[in-house]
Amino acid sequence: MTKKKLGPMNLYPLLPRTNCGECVPKTCMGFAVQLCERGLTLAQCPPLADPKFQIGLEKLEALLAPPVQEVVIGRGEREVRVGGQLVMHRHELRYFNKTAIFTTVDDTMAGEDIASRVKETSSFAYPYIGHTLRLDGITVRSLSNDVDTFQKTVEMVNGLTGMPLVLWSADPVIISAGLETAGEKRPLIYAADESNWEQMAELANHSGCPLAVHADGNVGTIRSLISAISDRGVKNLLIDPGCGFGETLRGTLDNMTMIRTSGISGDDSLMGHPLIGSPVTLWDLRNSLPDESIRWMESCLASMMTIRYADLMIIRDPSMWSTLPLVVLINNLYNDPRKPVSVEPGLRVFGTPDPVNSPVLITSNFALTYFTVLSDIEKLNCYLLVADTEGLSVDSAVAGRKFNAQKVADIINSSGISNKVTHRTLIIPGLAARLKGDIEDAIKWDVMVGPRDSAGIPGYLKEKWEGVDHKPGWSYR
Amino acid sequence: MENEQDALIRSLIKLLAGDGELELEQVTLTAKELTISLSDLSGFPAITGLVPSPASKPGLVDIGYTPPARSYPGKIREVILGSTRGDGGSRVKSVTIGGASTPPFHLFEGTDPHSPVVAGSVFDIVPPLPGPVKESFGDALLDPCDWAKAWVDRYGADLIDLDLISTDPYLKDTPVKRAVNLVEDLLQAVDVPLIIGGSGNPEKDAKLLPKVAEVCAGERILLSSATMNMWEPVAKAAQEYNHVVLAWSPIDINQAKELNRKLMGYLPPDQIIMDPTSAALGYGLEYSFSVMERIRHAGLMGDRELQCPMASGTANSWGAREAWKRDPELGPREYRGPLWETTGALAFLLAGIDLFIMVHPGGARTIEDIVGWLADGINPPTFPDFIGVGH
Repeated sequence: MTKKKLGPMNLYPLLPRTNCGECVPKTCMGFAVQLCERGLTLAQCPPLADPKFQIGLEKLEALLAPPVQEVVIGRGEREVRVGGQLVMHRHELRYFNKTAIFTTVDDTMAGEDIASRVKETSSFAYPYIGHTLRLDGITVRSLSNDVDTFQKTVEMVNGLTGMPLVLWSADPVIISAGLETAGEKRPLIYAADESNWEQMAELANHSGCPLAVHADGNVGTIRSLISAISDRGVKNLLIDPGCGFGETLRGTLDNMTMIRTSGISGDDSLMGHPLIGSPVTLWDLRNSLPDESIRWMESCLASMMTIRYADLMIIRDPSMWSTLPLVVLINNLYNDPRKPVSVEPGLRVFGTPDPVNSPVLITSNFALTYFTVLSDIEKLNCYLLVADTEGLSVDSAVAGRKFNAQKVADIINSSGISNKVTHRTLIIPGLAARLKGDIEDAIKWDVMVGPRDSAGIPGYLKEKWEGVDHKPGWSYR
Repeated sequence: MENEQDALIRSLIKLLAGDGELELEQVTLTAKELTISLSDLSGFPAITGLVPSPASKPGLVDIGYTPPARSYPGKIREVILGSTRGDGGSRVKSVTIGGASTPPFHLFEGTDPHSPVVAGSVFDIVPPLPGPVKESFGDALLDPCDWAKAWVDRYGADLIDLDLISTDPYLKDTPVKRAVNLVEDLLQAVDVPLIIGGSGNPEKDAKLLPKVAEVCAGERILLSSATMNMWEPVAKAAQEYNHVVLAWSPIDINQAKELNRKLMGYLPPDQIIMDPTSAALGYGLEYSFSVMERIRHAGLMGDRELQCPMASGTANSWGAREAWKRDPELGPREYRGPLWETTGALAFLLAGIDLFIMVHPGGARTIEDIVGWLADGINPPTFPDFIGVGH
């Protein structure tokens, strides 16, 4: 946590203290507690908008400002927020604003290649625990070092997508041309360094766009740049400490850890800016290796930098096999540890099961497991028992004794399933196979071991249930 | 005159900084050269760089940086696995893990004496294995000793983990005697330190693991594992034959601590490694990650019951359907699965894991190399190709 630990009593005196009941907690003290835990925001207290609370509101905003600044890139529906972090470790509270992933096109690529990469990026979608994982934006990089070529590329990309952009060049003239075309969509300017920082700062000031600060491996230089650029009035800054493999990786991770530690502690506000990981630079170092080898390393570096606090990640392309692990990792680390990723245990009824022929299946209450099973069996007529595995998947829960004979017996009893079916056969997940005997002893039902993955349930039922002891009571509706 | 010049300079600075205006009235500048010294004007923005002079260096004032290094009162214990001939065993080398006095890879706070290591995983019968793992080992899978030799000879594994899963009464119920014979064969087949695991069935493991400890006397193996249900027989056997115990807990820091406390009643603390459970990427990884971070932090802050090195059964990541599912939209399985396991391992590496147990050699090599870069500053001569490993 931050050194200046914020408590509800720091906030309460600044609230209206009328207990008007317009917010969810209904009382000002309750609202203060939720503010502190970042469950609610100031905008959720309508009376604070009254000018008479103006001074209090400003003080509240200052008190609640995260030690790592929150920066908005892009405009409109797909704008993305990065940073806004309060803690070093997710168990201390939670991480905010998932690491944003930007893919990259450059102005030497053929038009159709640019178009297809933009399309792949904006259409990237993976269903996960009831929502869809997506990518966040496109980086347009100048490799031609030609102003017109860059401007045309920015224009093209801008025309193809409403996703936020990063404009990448060390040349302020080139950036300026890009801003002329796409400046009003608030792209991130990448990047100010020792050689160009004054002009870049000026461009950021004129356009109102956020600016990345870059110095390979030298935090002292980064800090000096931030100090100088902030003095020029640029407010929205991000930090890229550089990225490499081999020995350089030591410095990359170390610098990110140092910068974030300094920023969160509140001792060094110059370091309180979102971090950028740029593993895309690996492609500049490639030799004759195939793309897949670079993707492997790029993905590994991106994952490590994600764990070491990167708020924005620039990769080359959205190849599914190498991007999905990263996207899922980000989603895992950034979920709210205060809310278990679980669903209510209990009995779920699918279709119109009949008491004699319909099977009874059981799974864990980890949300991802549940939604996966759901999508595989929702067209069947069957019963599904959701055991209380404390939010763990079946294999983790079996290993962790959170899915055991007692848990199964508990859900059999509490669900009243015995009154709904006349048979006494339970199908357990294949990943829980070794509990078969224990469960039979505990519940005195027959236990059948189902497939290891729920995608196999329809096939399994056809083979092992229908026509063996039962009519096809489970069949597709 | 001094004051007038000062005022002029101040106006100039404001102007150059872009938010002031300068009026020159009834002023004649006759100097050939006007030198503006800014060194005594602290509080003003550093702006020398704005003066357009191609030869001059940009006016970036180096304000330096002090790394936020802390020191930690606690230290993770060193644990030795494997015993060489000189020490009464038959291993060609031993492996030491632990010894950390800073959070993992906080190099600005200090370096640690031992780097994390990777054990290659083999089983006494071939379990349902993902395709890429089968391809990496081919026919060697048919004999656990050949499988282990492939790990050591072809893929350079530092340790071998053999899990005797077929001893499970609900699987094949392989008798203890036969399982132990296989362990004896493995001791002959490879000369690296060993991890020997049971099936996870507490009643059977309680009979099996003491016998394993007996036939491995003097070898300082890692017995896998002791749990809250079944720890005493393993602790006694480890104490009698001088082995190390893997203390397994279900993603629960309090249980991990309680189990260590029980084990420490029988064993010197440097004969314990903890396994806080490694959930798969996408399937609860974050719970494991946070428990590992909390355990390591508590150990460094001085909690003696949590100062044991940590191990990870990283192969669990293969449980994720994204790792093995045949689905053209998810891309080639031969890369996707190994990368899934590797990504999980990288997360746990940065959370403080000292010993990984992995099933795919490409992932194992990636972790070993990255550890080399991070901990030992090894620089690969060319861009490393991990895709080629195991294919």
